[in-house]
Parts: sequence; structure tokens; C-alpha cells
Amino acid sequence: MIAMVFPIAGVEINPIYLALLGFFIGLLGGFFGVGGSFIAGPALRAFGLNWNFAVGTDLAHIVGTSVVAAKRHRALGNVDLRLGLIMAGGTIVGAEIGAQLIQMLKRMGNVNLVVSVVSIVVYSSVSVFMIWEASLTLRGQRKSKRAGQAKKTGKEDETAFRHITDKIHRLKLWPMISLPVSGIKSISLWTILTVSFIGGIFSGFLGGGAGYIRMPMMVYVLGVPTHLAVGTDLFEIIISASYGTFSHALKGNVDILIALVMQTGAAIGAQIGAISTQYFAGPKIRLAFVPLPLIGVGLVLYTLLTGHKL
Amino acid sequence: MKDEARRALFSFAIEMIVYGFFIAGYFLLVLHLLGPSLARIEQEHIRWYALLCVALILGQSIVLESLTTFILRLLRGRSE
Repeated sequence: MIAMVFPIAGVEINPIYLALLGFFIGLLGGFFGVGGSFIAGPALRAFGLNWNFAVGTDLAHIVGTSVVAAKRHRALGNVDLRLGLIMAGGTIVGAEIGAQLIQMLKRMGNVNLVVSVVSIVVYSSVSVFMIWEASLTLRGQRKSKRAGQAKKTGKEDETAFRHITDKIHRLKLWPMISLPVSGIKSISLWTILTVSFIGGIFSGFLGGGAGYIRMPMMVYVLGVPTHLAVGTDLFEIIISASYGTFSHALKGNVDILIALVMQTGAAIGAQIGAISTQYFAGPKIRLAFVPLPLIGVGLVLYTLLTGHKL
Repeated sequence: MKDEARRALFSFAIEMIVYGFFIAGYFLLVLHLLGPSLARIEQEHIRWYALLCVALILGQSIVLESLTTFILRLLRGRSE
């Protein structure tokens, strides 16, 4: 099939590549609760889009992927609607600040270099942290098994940072709220808003839903079980990424045609990914997540060092 | 178990073929026609374009989700 012209971004790309990329991203989205921007952003950049277009277009695509995956997760009981709605507020404010930073860099003319370097640092740090934590948890589980303690099953979850999460839950910063669906008796509203605000800044700056930051923070900081963090993150992303898409489109950073083509593959991938979460325990899902941001790092490094686009 | 896996894989393959036909038609008809109009709206009415972006991606994802769920149900219903 010949390459298709996308007049808004001014690029020519084979739509099959875009649909396949969408399928892969959808699969990850459904399974890990992330938008997949750590791969989609660098991949779009490698297809020839400028970073500002890669960031905005990726956000639009993520709206679609999240709708499909969140609907499936809702059916599986993995969505805490209350938590998702609260987080959407913090994310939107953060995303707007992130988008303004992109605009500032665009005016200064060095958006490609700065975003490339920041994305390499962030993606690598997330991978290193998660491999460390998931290994600690799995080692702890093996020790418990040897000691004859009962293994946690289904959606019950454990992390190596449980003691830190408990300390965060004990912070008495009014107003305190409870999240029965996530099994959290009491937590400060400000803690939730801070987590979502940080995720929002990354979302606006590096593109996507920033699930690579928010999903781990929901597990380690808020103490949400992994399966629920995956589903709730996706639900929250629908709201915040829709706002992000609108904001970036106003700034001329979205080629919606590219997002629509990618979405055709993502729709099927997201369904398969979401169904697959039923067969894996929380720490294993987190450990499987580790290599993904590193693929993004590889793509950014390739484009940055060689100047070539795929 | 092996039979179950084979059946699931077969259903998935059929689903991909059916879905592939829909998508190929969609690429050829809708996106080729939509491209120039969207580019013009983006140049002349950026606010409308921003609204359209959100509406189009939400609308398409809801339609595609229903389509894939329908195909999955149809194939699973037949294989069970």
C-alpha cells in the first residue's frame, strides 16, 4: 500500500504502519493502563513528525485507546470512578502547564532537543525504579511462600513500599476522603491531587496520558491495587487527554487524521490487552512493564544521535 | 485446553480478517475524503478544528469498540 499524505502535519506515512503501531499501543494500554506515549511519541517522531505534533497527536490517539480499554476494565470491575474523577481535575491543571512549557520551547526553537533529553531521563528512571521494586516484591513473595504464609490471590496486591504508602495514608491534611472501591480507608485529597498534578505536567510536556508515571504513583503513593490502578488510570485519561487534545489542537499541534488511523489498530489491541490482565498478578504486571519505556528511550536515542527518521 | 486455545486463535484470526476489510474500506473512503476538509478547517477555524478533534476521536473509538465487541461476540457465540 502506498504512503498516505497527512496535510496537517505535512508528512507522508504508510497507514498500515500507523495502524500496526496503534495495535501495539492499544495492547499495552489495555494491559498496563498506560496510553503508550513512551513508544507512540518517539515512534511518531521517527515517522517524521516534529515533537510538538508527536505530542499533540499522540494525546488524541490516547483518548480513543482509553475509551476502548476503560470500557473493558469497567466490565471487569477494575475502575474506581470516584478516584478517577478527582484525579482528572489535578491532571488537567498539570497538563495545561506542561503544554505551556512546550509552547515556550517551540518559541525558543529547541523543542526537539529538550523533549528528547527529558524523555530519555524520565523513561529510564521509571524502568529502573519499577524493576527494582517489582523484584523486591517478588523476592518477598517467594520468602513468604517458603515460610508457609498464604499467597495473595486475584486482585489483592502487595508492594515493597507498603510501609511508605501507610505513612502517606496517615498524613492528616484536611479534607480526608475514603475510597472503598480501592480499599483505602482514609487519604488526604491533596495527596491525590498532587499525584495527578505531577502526572498532568508530564502528560502535557511529553505527551500521552503519562500513565508511565501515574500508574506507578497510584500503586506506590496512593496504595491502589495494581488492577484497579490500571483501570482507573484509563478512565481518568479519557477526561484529561480529551482536554489535552483540545488544548494542543488550539495550539496547532494535532494531526487528527494520524490519530484516527492509529485508533483503527488500537481498538482491537486494547480489547485483547484488557482481557489479558485477568491472567496475571500485580507484581508480574509491573515487572512486565519495565522494558517498555526502554523501547521509547531506544527510539529517541536513534532519532537524536543519527538524525534519521524511520 | 489445546482445543480451546486453537478455537480462540481461530476466532481471533477470523476477527482480524473481517476487521481488516472494514478498516481498508474506511481508509479508502472516509480518511481520503476527510483529509483536505480537515486541513482547511484547521487553517481557517482552529477552535472548530479543536472541537472536531475531540468529537471525531471519541466518536470513532465508541463505534470501533462496539464493532470489535460485536465481532468478538459473534465469533465466540459460534465457536462455543
